[in-house]
Amino acid sequence: MASIQEIQGQIVDDFSFLPAWDERYAYLIELGQKNTLLPEEYRTEDNIVRGCQSLVWLHKECRQGEVFLQADSDSLIVKGLAALLLQVFSGQPAEAVIKADLTFFKEIGLDKHLSSQRANGLLAMVEEIKAFAAQCVGGAA
Amino acid sequence: MAIDIDKIRADFPILSTLVNGKPLVYLDNAATTQKPRPVIEAITDYYSSYNSNIHRGTHHLSNLATEAHEAARKTIQRYINAEHAHEVIFTRGTTEAINLVAFSFGEAFVNPGDDVIVTTMDHHSNFVPWQMMCERRGANFRVVPFDENGDLRLDVYQNLLGEKTRIVAFNHVSNSLGTINPAKKVIQMAHDAGAAVLVDAAQSVQHIEHDVRALDADFYAFSGHKIYGPTGIGVLYGKEAWLDAIPPYQGGGEMIDQVSIERTTYNKPPFKFEAGTPNIVGPIGLAAAIDYLNGLDFADIMASEDSVLKYGRSRLLEIDGLTIYGNAQHRTSILAFNIDGVHHYDLGTLLDTHGVAVRTGHHCTQPIMTALQIDGTVRASLALYNTRDDIDALVAAIRKVLKMLGR
Ligand SMILES: Cc1ncc(COP(=O)(O)O)c(C=O)c1O
Repeated sequence: MASIQEIQGQIVDDFSFLPAWDERYAYLIELGQKNTLLPEEYRTEDNIVRGCQSLVWLHKECRQGEVFLQADSDSLIVKGLAALLLQVFSGQPAEAVIKADLTFFKEIGLDKHLSSQRANGLLAMVEEIKAFAAQCVGGAA
Repeated sequence: MAIDIDKIRADFPILSTLVNGKPLVYLDNAATTQKPRPVIEAITDYYSSYNSNIHRGTHHLSNLATEAHEAARKTIQRYINAEHAHEVIFTRGTTEAINLVAFSFGEAFVNPGDDVIVTTMDHHSNFVPWQMMCERRGANFRVVPFDENGDLRLDVYQNLLGEKTRIVAFNHVSNSLGTINPAKKVIQMAHDAGAAVLVDAAQSVQHIEHDVRALDADFYAFSGHKIYGPTGIGVLYGKEAWLDAIPPYQGGGEMIDQVSIERTTYNKPPFKFEAGTPNIVGPIGLAAAIDYLNGLDFADIMASEDSVLKYGRSRLLEIDGLTIYGNAQHRTSILAFNIDGVHHYDLGTLLDTHGVAVRTGHHCTQPIMTALQIDGTVRASLALYNTRDDIDALVAAIRKVLKMLGR
C-alpha cells in the first residue's frame, strides 16, 4: 500500500489537471459519491461528527494496528472532503496516521474548508481520526 | 428622485474587486456591509493626523480626538433622533449593548419570579444574554413564537405580558427571515403592561425607520459594521431615566466620579457605561458612515432596496424546487432559501466559485431553524449598493451550480 505521503502527492497531481474552481469541486463531488459508502448500521448518533452546518458520520475500525474508516455526509462537498481523508488514512498503520501532516488540502486549494472548521466539521474529523489512531497503535482499541 | 446606484457603487472600493477571478457579487450584507471611501478615509485620517487618547489629555491632539469622538456621538444622536447625546453609549457592537442591558437592568429590576420576554426569531445575541440573566436572577424566560409566514404571534405575546413582565427584547428586523416586526405596537403593548423594551436594531437601523423617540424604545442597540461603518463599534441608546436608574456594567477608568478605598461614585451617562479607553476611532468611522447616508435620500434608499428585494424574490422563485423562508407581511433586505435536494453549504461554497458571496447555515438563529424544521438556509442579503444585476448574477450562478450538480 502506498504511504500517506505518496497518496497525498497523487491527490495533488490529480487536482493539478483541473485549474478551474468549478472543475475541482465537480471532481471532489464525484470522488465523494464514488468513494464514500456507509452502511445504515453505522449511521449512529455516536458516529456523528458535528459541524456547524453539515453532518458527517465517521465509522472507525482498528485491525492489527491499522486504521480503517468509512464516512458519509449530508453535504456533497463535505462528502468529497471526507473521501479524500479516507483515501489518505484508511488502511494505514496507526502510527503513520498519528504522525501524518496533511499538506494536500492547502496544495489543492481546499484548505479553507479546514480553517472554517466550525462550518463543516472537517477539522473535527481529522482530530477524531488521529485520536482514534492513538488508541489503535499496536493493535489495541 | 431615484438614487444613482452606479455612483454609489463607485464609492465602495471593494465592490470592484475580483473574487476567484470573477467580479464580486456581494450579497452578505446582513453579516457585514462594505465601507464607502469616506469611512476608510476618516479612519486613515484619524491615525495619520490626530491619534491620541481622549477625555484626559491637556494637549492639542487629545483635544482634537476628543472633539471628533464626541461630535460622532452627536451625529449618531441625530440619526436615531435621541433627545440627548449622553443617551448614546458606545459599545463593541449590538452584542455588547444587549449584554450591558441584560446585566445592568437585570441587577436593578429583575427579581425571582419576574418575567423576561424575547422572541423565537431573535438572534442568539438577543436571546442568550437574557437567558443568562434569567438564570442569574431566578426569572422566567418567555419566548414569543412566530407563525408560518414569519410574523410574530402578537396574540401569544399579549397573553405572555403581565404585571410580572420586566423587560421585552425583540429584533425590529429578523436577520434570518427579513420580517419587519410591528415595533411601535410591540413596544406600546409592553409599556401598557408596565415593562421596558429593548429593540435589537442590528438589521433595521440601516434599512428602515430608526427614530427611537417615534418608536418610544427604552433601549435600542445596533452595530456600526452593518451600517457601512467599521467593526468593533456599536451603539446602545437608552432613555436618560433608565441610564440613570441602572448600575454600571464594567468598572474601570472613565466611568468613575471619585474613587477611594471606602467607596467609589460613578460618572454620569454615557461615561458611566464606558469603562476604560474606548474604541476612539470607531465612532469617528461610524459617524462618517452616517454622514454618507445623510448625503443620500433615505426614502430613495428604502425604495431602491425594496425594489431589488421584490425582484430577487420573483427571480428566485423561477427556480424549480426553491423555497423561500420568510413571507411576513412586511419584509426587508433578506432572501433566505433552500433548493430541494441541495445542501446549503454546497450551494454557498459553489456560488463562491462564481464570485457570489452569500451566507449559509443557521445565521445564529437556531430557534428559527428548529421552528422551521430545517438545519440551515442560503441567505442573500441586500444593502443600498445592490442592484437587479446582482440578483441576475445570483440566479445565473445558481443555475450553473444546479447544472454542475446534475439537476
Ligand atoms: C438581528 C441581529 N442581532 C444582533 C446581531 C449581533 O451583532 P454583532 O455581532 O455585530 O454584535 C446581529 C448580527 O449578526 C443580528 O443580525
